[in-house]
Amino acid sequence: MENNDMKKKLKLKVSAIKDGTVIDHIPAKSLFEVISILGLDLIENQITFGTNLESGKLGAKAIIKVSDKFFENDEINKIALIAPHAKLNIIRDYEVAEKKIVEIPQKITGIVKCFNPKCITNHEKITTCFKVINTNPIALKCKYCEKITAEDQIKML
Amino acid sequence: MKKDLISITDFSKEEYLRIMELAADFEANPNQELLKGKVVASLFFEPSTRTRLSFETAINRLGGRIVGFADPDSSSATKGETLHDTIKMVSNYADLIVMRHPLEGAARYAAEVSSVPIINAGDGANQHPTQTLLDMYSILKTQGTLDNINLFMVGDLKFGRTVHSLLQAMSVFENPIFNFIAPESLQMPRAYKHHLEERGIRYFEHEEFTDIISEADIIYMTRVQKERFSDPMEYEKVKDVYILNKAMLENTKPNVRVLHPLPRVNEIATDVDSSEKAYYFEQALNGMFTREAIISHVMNLK
Repeated sequence: MENNDMKKKLKLKVSAIKDGTVIDHIPAKSLFEVISILGLDLIENQITFGTNLESGKLGAKAIIKVSDKFFENDEINKIALIAPHAKLNIIRDYEVAEKKIVEIPQKITGIVKCFNPKCITNHEKITTCFKVINTNPIALKCKYCEKITAEDQIKML
Repeated sequence: MKKDLISITDFSKEEYLRIMELAADFEANPNQELLKGKVVASLFFEPSTRTRLSFETAINRLGGRIVGFADPDSSSATKGETLHDTIKMVSNYADLIVMRHPLEGAARYAAEVSSVPIINAGDGANQHPTQTLLDMYSILKTQGTLDNINLFMVGDLKFGRTVHSLLQAMSVFENPIFNFIAPESLQMPRAYKHHLEERGIRYFEHEEFTDIISEADIIYMTRVQKERFSDPMEYEKVKDVYILNKAMLENTKPNVRVLHPLPRVNEIATDVDSSEKAYYFEQALNGMFTREAIISHVMNLK
């Protein structure tokens, strides 16, 4: 009962949108990275977000609602590294028109920093590039230095 | 499309064998004017006398001319020029670039920037593919084949890039067996053992350097470097354990040969030098023929 009340309140906290995308189940600690990766800090759409919301799975989760914005799969998959359980609801006229989950791409270009301090990408202006060699846990092989960045070593650029 | 040699895994088994064939050809006839009229840039952003002289001799024997620098102090990198700009400029001048760089991935990046082929002569702790090809040529020459080789690797198997690349290269041949002899703290990394397991290749790990080497076809020695140990006590414990001396070779197979990428410090006792099983100096000479072969291959000279 208490849980249901909570859910209702949660819905109230982040108001509904007419058209756009709701990104749910973002780990609270990754919220601002998600905003930055998706470039939401640079657009003029109406955005509401909530964070440190209770979530059974994630501990504390965040949610973002972006009005009049629909993401391409390539674009949204960029957040898979930091929000692998994120779920998207595509809203049209206040209704959920489509649901999407994020997928870890095979190649990660430009988002992640190579953990190897001696990698050339940490010394010159080079777009990083990794092959995803494992998804659970995530392991990324640098195209340049060939070293493997493990999930707990991942840092965003 | 231009051909580069950045990482040993860039080449297929057929290409390895083609390089071996060319190396044998250059060994029989080292002076062939295939690079006549061509300019090769030799860019050593980190000094390496041995590798540089081997390359530059190879280029000279092919009749090519050399421009470049032997150490970073005499290069524009000290003025803060980026690798990108140096490579862009040099690739306008030269027909081929041979480069050594202290940063890992530098050669792969240079290959993207350059319009002419790049040969990686070592990028930090990452790759040194020409060393691997000369190691393979040495194995082929002394064993007559690259198949069914029982390869013992001794010393620092954790940080030693030469053993990692050689493992990857030899694993494409028939039925290799690997034996790793190293202190616990310097064992072959998990990723390389996994590489072998995936291919169903047998390997064995030992901490003690004993008469198990009687099984070996090749004993590949490496240096155990003090700076690799966080605990100096640990280094003191193992520093004299992984030393090969002549007596240890007594009960080994007649075809066994001892390889070492050089320079050695004390891991091969000097009394081994007079053994017919010592092969590390010939191995270094093989490097020149192999580099002539690699240059010919990437530039389609033969």
